[in-house]
Amino acid sequence: MIEIKFLGRGGQGAVTAANLIVQASFKEGKFGLAYPSFGAERRGAILNAYARIDQIPINVHQQIYEPDVVVVLDKKILQMTNIVEGLKPGGSVIINTNRIPEDLNFDGKLFIVDATRICLDLNLVISGWPVVNTAILGALSKATNIVNINTLVKTIEENWKGEIGKKNSQACLRAYEETYEVVLKNLVRG
Amino acid sequence: MSIIEEKKGVSNVKVVTANEAVALAVKCAKVDVVGAYPISPQTSIMEYLTKYIETENLSMEIVRVESEHSAMAVAMGAASVGARAFTATASQGLLYMAEMVYWVGGSRLPVVMAITSRAMGAPWILGNEHTDVLLPREWGWMVLFPEHNQEVFDTIIQAYRIADKTLIPVVVGLDGFILSHTTMPISIPDQSVIDSFIPKDVPKPYALNTSNPFTHGNAVHSNVYLEFRYDIFRTIEESEDLVDQVDKEWEKLTGRSYGGVIEEYLLDDAEVAIVVIGASSGDAKQAAKNVREKYGIKAGVIRLRSIRPFPVKRLSQIASKLKAIGVFDRNMSPGLGGMIATEVKFALYDLKDKPIVQSYIGGLGGKDVRIVDFEKIFTELKEIVDGRIGVQRVRWVGLDLAAVDSYFEEV
Repeated sequence: MIEIKFLGRGGQGAVTAANLIVQASFKEGKFGLAYPSFGAERRGAILNAYARIDQIPINVHQQIYEPDVVVVLDKKILQMTNIVEGLKPGGSVIINTNRIPEDLNFDGKLFIVDATRICLDLNLVISGWPVVNTAILGALSKATNIVNINTLVKTIEENWKGEIGKKNSQACLRAYEETYEVVLKNLVRG
Repeated sequence: MSIIEEKKGVSNVKVVTANEAVALAVKCAKVDVVGAYPISPQTSIMEYLTKYIETENLSMEIVRVESEHSAMAVAMGAASVGARAFTATASQGLLYMAEMVYWVGGSRLPVVMAITSRAMGAPWILGNEHTDVLLPREWGWMVLFPEHNQEVFDTIIQAYRIADKTLIPVVVGLDGFILSHTTMPISIPDQSVIDSFIPKDVPKPYALNTSNPFTHGNAVHSNVYLEFRYDIFRTIEESEDLVDQVDKEWEKLTGRSYGGVIEEYLLDDAEVAIVVIGASSGDAKQAAKNVREKYGIKAGVIRLRSIRPFPVKRLSQIASKLKAIGVFDRNMSPGLGGMIATEVKFALYDLKDKPIVQSYIGGLGGKDVRIVDFEKIFTELKEIVDGRIGVQRVRWVGLDLAAVDSYFEEV
């Protein structure tokens, strides 16, 4: 079973991203379960969403404490919480940022993508907020291959018809192309 | 047919939240009238229903009202004339609705209500807890509690079958947020299957009719009230078999069943077992597997699907083979124990070879309940069986006692 933790802010679409990854995995014959962490959700507040993917139906509902993958939708979250807390050794971290985070150190792989820039270019902005969820899924596909990029694009275009669906799938594809791995300095393996 | 088999040929599999599973089931049950008032975490059920009405041209009528009290009044009025009725609520909404909920129970109207469980204030709280879902078990309603999204869909359909047959309204509880807002794949049977399982042209001797006028719920004398109540008692008591039977008939049509009143998990050789309801049952099952592998503890899970009828018969059969039962309650009866633990003890008291019963309370207000919590319960039960620790009135799960002390020092 693969466990993915999304860290985002209310309005960025982290919950939708978790749902989409489950829908896409299901298309590939895998089972999944996605859920948000709960509170009085409001725009801008930090929030977690979780997804589990497996070859068999999943029926575990506890929160995710030891994720295989952490996806960070907003670089400011790096200053607010320890994003790699509980990350499984060798796990992957994907961050939406325009700058290589200098002081990150963990046993695993780091991938970055400037999803905010991609969304601004494509005018994927709602009420002033770049909605980076579909872009970050492209990065997730590139980094981990948990789900194929083509399946993601198909899933996105099924969820949103017409132009908005096209824009989102373009964001996903562009992020897939632009995501790259950053070699961690001073890595201490645990 | 499981979802896996179904995926090969049939396309009516959807990836949905449990709230959408409720709404899809209500649509497939061809409900006539819905009383609607929003409250988290139930609101999206009504949002999905209005979307279906808008986009699929359903003949269902959603009546938007000014309170939960009126939402149940709408469902009651509709059911009184023989229409199929539904509503949903949670938490404070159920409390505000309570008067009408009790009235529908007494009126013997086959209403089905979903309750997305949520703790109640004060203090103000959104998180999951089962106390609200359990309250109508004293109000003349049956209470069923499914584990996952597929079972939520299936149980709403089963609930109409049970309600139509017994003229007892049915609550279907589902875990707020950890199920209501969780996305999982579900399979939706052909409409013809559902139509044949819950036909709408069943006898409705209670249906008001202007050409043959009579009234419901008028004033009675005390010489008949006890008899009315007795008939509710007897009907619910006797429906333990019915809940089993309806689940078996559903299996014939869809390939899916859940054990009727109780789902039994790894109980064949079990010494200790956890009684649990709802979504956390999946975590309890994983814990049972883990402690079998790690410590060789013969652990199993008794998942109550039905709280009313309380499965006294089946629980007694299962319990007589066990040495200790831990009842995990995501609710509490203040000063006494967990509500379900109290009922388990009542049900087993007359059993000759009864197991030890330990009440556990945790997860109130949405505190996460983890697989390791259930593993700890299993190891404690084993220690109780071995005489290394004693039974306490309640053992608390995830309770931060230091925090309790510090809060009250400040006060």
